Amino acid sequence: MLGVDEIIQTIKMIQEENLDIRTITMGVSLLDCAASDPVAVCDKVHRKVTRLAGRLVEIGNEIEREYGIPIVNKRIAVTPVALIIGEMGRDGCLALARTLDRAAAEVGVNFIGGYSTLVHKGFTRGDRELIASLPEALAATERVCASVNVATSKAGINMDAVRLMGAVIKETAARTADRSAIGCAKLVVFANAPEDNPFMAGAFHGVGEPECVINVGVSGPGVVKNAVARLPDADLGALAEEIKKTAFKITRMGELVGRETAKRLGVPFGIVDLSLAPTPAVGDSVAEIIEALGVEACGAPGTTAALALLNDAVKKGGAMASSRVGGLSGAFIPVSEDAGMIRAVAAGALGLDKLEAMTAVCSVGIDMVALPGDTSAETIAALIADEITIGVVNHKTTAVRLIPVPGKRAGEFVEFGGLLGRTPIMEVNHFGAAKFVHRGGRIPAPISSLNN
Amino acid sequence: MSGTNRIIVTVIGTDRVGIIAGVAQVLADNNVNILDISQTILQEFLVMIMVADMRGSKVDLSTLKGRLAEKGRELGVRIDAQHEDAFTYMHRI
Repeated sequence: MLGVDEIIQTIKMIQEENLDIRTITMGVSLLDCAASDPVAVCDKVHRKVTRLAGRLVEIGNEIEREYGIPIVNKRIAVTPVALIIGEMGRDGCLALARTLDRAAAEVGVNFIGGYSTLVHKGFTRGDRELIASLPEALAATERVCASVNVATSKAGINMDAVRLMGAVIKETAARTADRSAIGCAKLVVFANAPEDNPFMAGAFHGVGEPECVINVGVSGPGVVKNAVARLPDADLGALAEEIKKTAFKITRMGELVGRETAKRLGVPFGIVDLSLAPTPAVGDSVAEIIEALGVEACGAPGTTAALALLNDAVKKGGAMASSRVGGLSGAFIPVSEDAGMIRAVAAGALGLDKLEAMTAVCSVGIDMVALPGDTSAETIAALIADEITIGVVNHKTTAVRLIPVPGKRAGEFVEFGGLLGRTPIMEVNHFGAAKFVHRGGRIPAPISSLNN
Repeated sequence: MSGTNRIIVTVIGTDRVGIIAGVAQVLADNNVNILDISQTILQEFLVMIMVADMRGSKVDLSTLKGRLAEKGRELGVRIDAQHEDAFTYMHRI
């Protein structure tokens, strides 16, 4: 029998501490949609996505009501489309992007991920077409999210792709300049991209995945922060223990929702992604957990250690709660989506360099960072290269989502709206690396013996 | 729903006469059987928890939630109902 205190605790977590399931993401394989005729491809994709995801939102809402736990997003991830476009060309790619956008709108999801490609070891013709189409595709669609994997720990870093992505990000920003360069918020550059990540904008349905699957992303920074705040005088070992217990509970909720959704939709349940994902709402911030641990402002000395402690405790608690853990599984530190991070940047406590250091110990990377509009494509590529290297050398996933906002300077604010939030433009180092970036080629994979 | 038809009804608000009667009436009207009631005063708020069985009820949980919420507005308290799994899954392995 459940105790009164346990029931109250659950209700409190949901009603006061913003516990929610961040996302249910349906993964859909498009491998059987390849065809020689672009019209046929689009037609097959549209039919398959709307058929499989037709009841996703309805079932999600139903479970939300029954269990009383908010499910913030219902989304779709598809096979990286570069795998099915063959000889479709640029226009074919764009037609496919519009098709995905329309299918997403029809089933009622706000994002569909998978306008993606993996080019860590080199390009196919299709990869090049798709990457070239990105700025226009992201400007012309609302719900389509794109990602490009430019490196892995086994293949090294495709620096030609990194250079290309610097230019693509600049052009995407220019094409969506009237909307604060929002196109860039839908584009992720990855190293070691996971195949089962439910979080946008980097979600896609990997080739090792089944036909259709339900993955769940849990959230809960507010709950963790309150757990930490309840122990103002505890030592760090005790805090790690408390975070672990809390992560366990959050993950159990995620697993329940995931399994129930999968059952009702008649598709397999995939994974729970153990990430702490912030929102712009006050009280739902990863930065605030770091501050609750005792660091004056996120970005101050001590931040990296605190973040590592947090990240590890979340994984330990979550791994006990579910045997189906996958995706990125680590704290997200997107700047514009986290009230505490925004505050830290505005106060001058957090800069790009510290942010990069933080990504060495948690998942994702330099995420949702707005840059001055005049940042060059080469500098963006160099920032990508640095961040991707952290992932490659440390055998982990890292990602970059940079937004050079046209016409804006460091210190000014930019507004993206909704879950994407608002943020001050961050200062970028004024020294360049154009020569380095233009060399191109591939940075070899790091040796994995002789560890230090 | 997995397994049982048990739900947990929670009432949170300022204590007053007639709260239990009101909630019990809604449940009875919808043929929901009350299995257990416990209540406590938490920082001057009344927190009441009922475990109930929906097996004999003709309405679904969504409808029942709506009716309870309506009664809650009448009584000036917050009434919610959730499937038992939401609680057990979180706290029990």
